[in-house]
Amino acid sequence: MKHILGAGVSVAALMLTATVAFADCGAPAGSVRILSNDFNALKVVATAAAECASDTVTVTANQTTEHKNIQGPALTANPAEYTVAMVANNSIVPLMNDGLIRSLDDLVAKYGQELQPNQLIKIDGKVMAIAFMGNGQHLIYRKDILEKAGVAAPQSYDDVLAAAKAIKDAGLMEYPLAASVKPGWDLAAEFVNDYLATGADFFEPGTATLTINNENGKKVLALMQAEIAYMDPATYLTFDATEIQKQYEAGKVAIINEWGSIAGAILDGKDSAEGVAENTVIAGAPTFAGGTIPAAALWWDGFTIAKNISDADAEASFVAMLHGISPDVVKANPDAATWLVKGFEPGPAAVGVIANATNGARAYPMNPYIGLLHTALSAELADFVAGKEDADKALADTEAAYNTAAKEAGFLK
Amino acid sequence: MPHKTFLAFILPSIIAMVLFIALPIISVAVQSLYVEHDKVLVTVENCQPLGGCTTETVVDSEATAKLKAVAPLGEFNGLGTYFNHAHLAIDEVAEIVSDNTGFADIVARLYNLPFYRALSFTLAYCFIVTPLAMLLGFLIALAINMVPRLLKGPVIFFSLLPMIITPLIGSLILYWMISAEGILGVGLKWLFSDPTLSLKSSLPLTWITLIIYGIWTNAPFSFVVFYAGLQTVPGDTMESAMIDGASRWERIRYVVMPHLRPLATFVALVQLMDNFRVFEPIVGLSAQANATSLSFAIFNDLRNQNAQQYGSAATTSMLTIIGVIILLMPVLIRTWREYHQKS
Repeated sequence: MKHILGAGVSVAALMLTATVAFADCGAPAGSVRILSNDFNALKVVATAAAECASDTVTVTANQTTEHKNIQGPALTANPAEYTVAMVANNSIVPLMNDGLIRSLDDLVAKYGQELQPNQLIKIDGKVMAIAFMGNGQHLIYRKDILEKAGVAAPQSYDDVLAAAKAIKDAGLMEYPLAASVKPGWDLAAEFVNDYLATGADFFEPGTATLTINNENGKKVLALMQAEIAYMDPATYLTFDATEIQKQYEAGKVAIINEWGSIAGAILDGKDSAEGVAENTVIAGAPTFAGGTIPAAALWWDGFTIAKNISDADAEASFVAMLHGISPDVVKANPDAATWLVKGFEPGPAAVGVIANATNGARAYPMNPYIGLLHTALSAELADFVAGKEDADKALADTEAAYNTAAKEAGFLK
Repeated sequence: MPHKTFLAFILPSIIAMVLFIALPIISVAVQSLYVEHDKVLVTVENCQPLGGCTTETVVDSEATAKLKAVAPLGEFNGLGTYFNHAHLAIDEVAEIVSDNTGFADIVARLYNLPFYRALSFTLAYCFIVTPLAMLLGFLIALAINMVPRLLKGPVIFFSLLPMIITPLIGSLILYWMISAEGILGVGLKWLFSDPTLSLKSSLPLTWITLIIYGIWTNAPFSFVVFYAGLQTVPGDTMESAMIDGASRWERIRYVVMPHLRPLATFVALVQLMDNFRVFEPIVGLSAQANATSLSFAIFNDLRNQNAQQYGSAATTSMLTIIGVIILLMPVLIRTWREYHQKS
């Protein structure tokens, strides 16, 4: 019984970060309740924010990959279940749509002297979120294989395809490429990345009318098809971000399009075959179709403060979160993320995301209906990547599925 | 039993059924008739790190909240959701029927519509898995009935394993086994000497995998019921059949099978209902590219990127309920007739 009790207590302590005071970070009295996704960089932030706990401040955190599904209901309650919701470009949208988060203008004026201007997510002139890290997909490749095949570092997707051909022709690898084309979220993200690089918009400005069923959409699908020709036909339909990481680490593929947040894990050489990690080069995303925009959406992660809570709790939460993303925390964890915080010196793993940003990659759209399009793409491009449908049909199906969903959600008539 | 006692006896169940079955179904039915309000959109300046400032369209949450407060259920849409592209798609179907190049074309184009695609796999799964799983269960029951008493316990335990394993976990295990590096995946490649063979990318192979998995996981239920039934086969009838010189097959065909018939009806009923809501293996085997089901469609609506499509999910739920009723109709009619013949 004692054991069970002990285990229960320690589980509870893990789930609700202990409310022991480490250091006083100047937070006014109040309750800080954090909801966030569950990955390393966010754990660093939440753990640091928990240092603000004192006699008058309580800090708890629920870090779960299910955060997107509970944030809406949890913040709708009054008082809200959580005072802080950590979000990204896409997950802030439903909170905005329902007006569940508050403007941070006054809190930024009072406490935000250390914040950099590009950390402030401004919507309609009001600061709605504080970003602290960037992310995105970019190239990771094996320089030894490329050298053996006699090709230079790829800059555009034409280069990538030419390199793949050279590697295959030289007999180095049968299927040198991998990208996340598993039907579902990953596949749709791949389409969004490439479509952003065409410079075109997904919707008619100011409306929810879809504008991807055109030459640009077809160009993107043609590119995907060309890439798939160099992917292992037996497994490419199961390629998501973790799967291509495994394929790459096992030395089976030479060029992958992978998330910046995974680059560190590839560089550290753990679980890698011999010769993979030391020959790995991290580079920005390639350009596409003669354009200059890198084919990768820029993502940010940040925090928002709930609307349905007392001003005292909001203030305590804001200060605790600022402590969580303070330059000291970032300095102690330089490899955890591509931080946007002052004083961050990017390490080797951050090169790709920063290259994307400096080369003018576009942000993942933040409009209210991009999620519906993402879902439509997830399902309707499946037949296309499986080689059972042509591009025209895939785009028409996507449009039909999107229109149906957008009508149901009240965005289209 | 006097009516009053009977009523008192059954009343708690009736209340529970109304509360936990009837009311939720009514609520889902009502939900399926509504869609969300028109969102009030405004264009604003939007600044993000790295990407800079752009004009972006956002929802005017206050104006939308006002609309919501007036009619919290949403906007009445009648049967609109039932007939739209994601469900019965009557416009598309009418077009396919009026303008096509033959039967194959009709099938191919219907299969391209999400609802019919989900329905076709659901029905195929239902009608292939149910009889085969029942047959397998029956054969296992017959075999175990013959096993010496000492071995019966362990053998029964192993036969029940597929039922004990959670379907999602079972399908995940199978998924890893059939992956290109897994033991079954490698084995099959070797067997057919085809290095590119993949159970995951081809449609027929995916369906076969799911169906085999379904038979494996459903057989124990039939087995348990049939095995229990076998214990009640009257010994003297069997003996007299033996004396009459009936072979083993004839004894099974003319004594055992008629005896188990009511049980078979019951098993078929339960299994059909169960299989009509096939879901876990599709998720576990990541098969959504090649096979979706009605339950999977509901899951997809509720696990959307940003917002749950309650109306769409409710509509698919109602269509599933209607589907189950149609499916069970023959069995129900037969049970009703048998009941009336007896009384």
